[in-house]
Amino acid sequence: MKLMINGQERELDLAPDMPLLWALRDHAHLTGTKFGCGMAQCGACTVHIDGQAARACVTPVASVEGKAITTIEGASKDSKITQALQAAWLANNVPQCGYCQSGQIMSATALLTQKPQATDEEINSFMSGNICRCATYQSIKTAIKQAAASLA
Amino acid sequence: METINLSRRHFFKVAAAVAGSLTLGVYWTASHAETAPQKPAGPGEAGSPELKQGLADPQAFIRIDPDSTVHVIVKHMEMGQGSHTGIATLIADEMDADWAQIRAENSPADASRYGNMAFGGMQGTGGSTSMANSYLQMRQAGAAAKFMLVGAAATLWNLPANEITVKAGIVSHPSGKTAKFGELAEAAQKQPVPSIEQLKLKTPEQFIYIGKPALQRVDIMGKVNGTAQFTQDVQLPDMLTAVVAHAPLFGASLASVDDTAAKAIKGVKAVVSLPNAVAVLASDFWSAKQGRDALKITWDESKAYKANSADQLASYQKMAETAGKETTKIGNPAEALASAATLVKANYSFPYLAHAAMEPLNCVVHITDKGCELWYGAQLQTIDQAKVSELLKIEPAQVNIHTLYAGGSFGRRGNPMSDYVLEAVKIAKASNLSVPIKMVWTREDDMRAGHYRPMFFHSLQAGLDKDKQLIAWQQRLVGQSIMAGTPMAMMITDGYDPVSVEGAGEPYAIPNKLVELHTPEDIPVPVQWWRSVGHTHTAYATECFMDEMAKAAGKDPVEFRRGLLKDSPRHLAVLNLAAEKAGWGSELPKGKGRGIAVVESFNSYVAEVAEVTVKEDGSFTVDKVVLAVDCGLAVNPSMVEAQMVGGVGFALSAALGEKITLKNGQVEQSNFHDYTPLRIGQMPVVEVHIVPSQENPSGVGEPGVPPLAPAVANALFAATGKRRYELPLGTKA
Repeated sequence: MKLMINGQERELDLAPDMPLLWALRDHAHLTGTKFGCGMAQCGACTVHIDGQAARACVTPVASVEGKAITTIEGASKDSKITQALQAAWLANNVPQCGYCQSGQIMSATALLTQKPQATDEEINSFMSGNICRCATYQSIKTAIKQAAASLA
Repeated sequence: METINLSRRHFFKVAAAVAGSLTLGVYWTASHAETAPQKPAGPGEAGSPELKQGLADPQAFIRIDPDSTVHVIVKHMEMGQGSHTGIATLIADEMDADWAQIRAENSPADASRYGNMAFGGMQGTGGSTSMANSYLQMRQAGAAAKFMLVGAAATLWNLPANEITVKAGIVSHPSGKTAKFGELAEAAQKQPVPSIEQLKLKTPEQFIYIGKPALQRVDIMGKVNGTAQFTQDVQLPDMLTAVVAHAPLFGASLASVDDTAAKAIKGVKAVVSLPNAVAVLASDFWSAKQGRDALKITWDESKAYKANSADQLASYQKMAETAGKETTKIGNPAEALASAATLVKANYSFPYLAHAAMEPLNCVVHITDKGCELWYGAQLQTIDQAKVSELLKIEPAQVNIHTLYAGGSFGRRGNPMSDYVLEAVKIAKASNLSVPIKMVWTREDDMRAGHYRPMFFHSLQAGLDKDKQLIAWQQRLVGQSIMAGTPMAMMITDGYDPVSVEGAGEPYAIPNKLVELHTPEDIPVPVQWWRSVGHTHTAYATECFMDEMAKAAGKDPVEFRRGLLKDSPRHLAVLNLAAEKAGWGSELPKGKGRGIAVVESFNSYVAEVAEVTVKEDGSFTVDKVVLAVDCGLAVNPSMVEAQMVGGVGFALSAALGEKITLKNGQVEQSNFHDYTPLRIGQMPVVEVHIVPSQENPSGVGEPGVPPLAPAVANALFAATGKRRYELPLGTKA
């Protein structure tokens, strides 16, 4: 099966019903996308499919053939929005354990792509699918707003 | 002069003689490639003949590369609490290093060098002890490194050491000579390791990083770009992934398994049976999980625990009707209660709680002919080494643990029975395959595996005399012991588990006080410490009931507490600071309420004021939490703040919606749809005020948790007039 991951075509031997998460982690060896729940409840596996945030743990690989798949590794290199968010994440010392943060940043990237000046309510609503057990939410919110300001 | 030029055999003697001097060790990387790897210059070993024989045993806390990168080797694992940054701060400050040249890495597992003095010398992280253990040790290590660098410069330049200074990673002399650390590292390793007496630790006014705001976390880069290495991310040649079918009930065992369908799945390599589990090993996670789900297993449930949570709680309530084991007795509580002008009674109940860290439990194991290699977010290395070596009949030192970042723990990864580590090793052993095996639990496996914060029931009575003075307090607790039956059982003295009752009725000056405990022993649901341990329930019962007694006395909750805290100045200080910053006493609009709680845990003092809004439909939000903390000297104020804010969020998560319940012995919750952590929109604004202090640092990972739930419940009372006796609170006021 051919998948377009971070702008590169990858030929991978995958069962069609395999969730994209495991194709990325175990076959493409891109481990920045995390396993947290397996049922689209926590957002740790958030990637972009054609620019839209998606939960890789419930996305069968057969459904994303021919589509542009972006992971934290790709977005870190290519997305100005992701880079602005990462700078704000650094400035605010956002992560604690860090396990959910790839997913948080990928969701935040999708949010600022759609709504460059997201309000508090829009942040709460869009980011509600991303759980952080360390509860870094307060600094996530601050960092998203800082990144938005820096991109404006 | 007493020096630390002692052999390794004398390590523990040194520790006993000079508190904090146990592990001064500095070693240096050779600055040219042809030199063999250096044996570390531990105490007394610098310049010894062994040094040149080139043993590569990182017996140390600091390594300097030729490019001047300073590696700080941290014995306290990083699970988010900031231990790597905190320890690096201590070393960087005393070394006068530039923060940008500092890196942190996990130490190997070896209690003789990396023991935690708060754990009797065992290596491990927990109990919010990292900074308290390391504050002096790591500053000494940093100061020793600086001493040797300066000594090296003095020798090279032929100038007096006392004229040489270090600033931001540059060693310099007024004559104009300068050198970076890396340029001096090789010469420094030939310098004698200084004695403790030779080290002049900085005074607080000289600190450049300690107590200063906002150093960047040393672990941050990989955590924002996806490259940080968690257990889940370990990839090794020929590695297989194991997914496990666990017995569905506590106490059930495997009767038989039909693995025909599982073995037919592409990628499945082996199926392994354990007494209470079946593991499927495959080339990737998805194949292993498909295989696991295709197993046809018959479980023997004849000895399984089949209770319902409601019945279990009812049995606890029944137990609380009789006297338990006395754990605190002051005055004559029975008489005082009988004579009270006003008697108030209340019962509180607390469910089992799962830790539910974002990274489900996992462990990578490779059994080789030399021993056992393990890669995971190890939290109690010495216990894990002992348990694994016992299982494999090898020496503990042959259990080589590579400690990785933990994607959260909240206590769970420090399992005193090494449950998940042993399961991984048993799978590897039973498979008889000589390849690395990554055991991965799914979220459901993690949620249902037990090792919960124990269910608890508290029954309280307190009395006021005719002058509305609190004269008697009786608190009876019922709940399983965390320590009993584990290697920590040595902490059970006087016949009861101290963490079951820690904090109950404390620290209030009440002339007649009685705390009693019932410890049910026939319940096979495994229990474990959960961020702030006993305080998770004792603080709620104590602080909610204290609020109720204030009301009964007709006094303001803060005023009432002040009267009982005259001998507890640090409690009083945080109580007053939080109240002042929260505008305690000022009017709030209808539907809003404010509540307070103050708790000491892990030698730190935290008061929190919660502000809630109750809406017309009965739902409520927690809008704001104002927190005051006294944790001694705040080494990294931004780390302290992060732990306090995170502690509030973690506690609120549990207070609002978390519970593990059993139905016919089956855990009813399985994933984040029915065990519901706090989400971003529920997070209150948290304001943290740190009490300035020069006391030795104490814990911050846990102490933010205990006051939150009672502060919220007390705020709900202020808004509605209704007391809350059961957690979780749910969504309605």
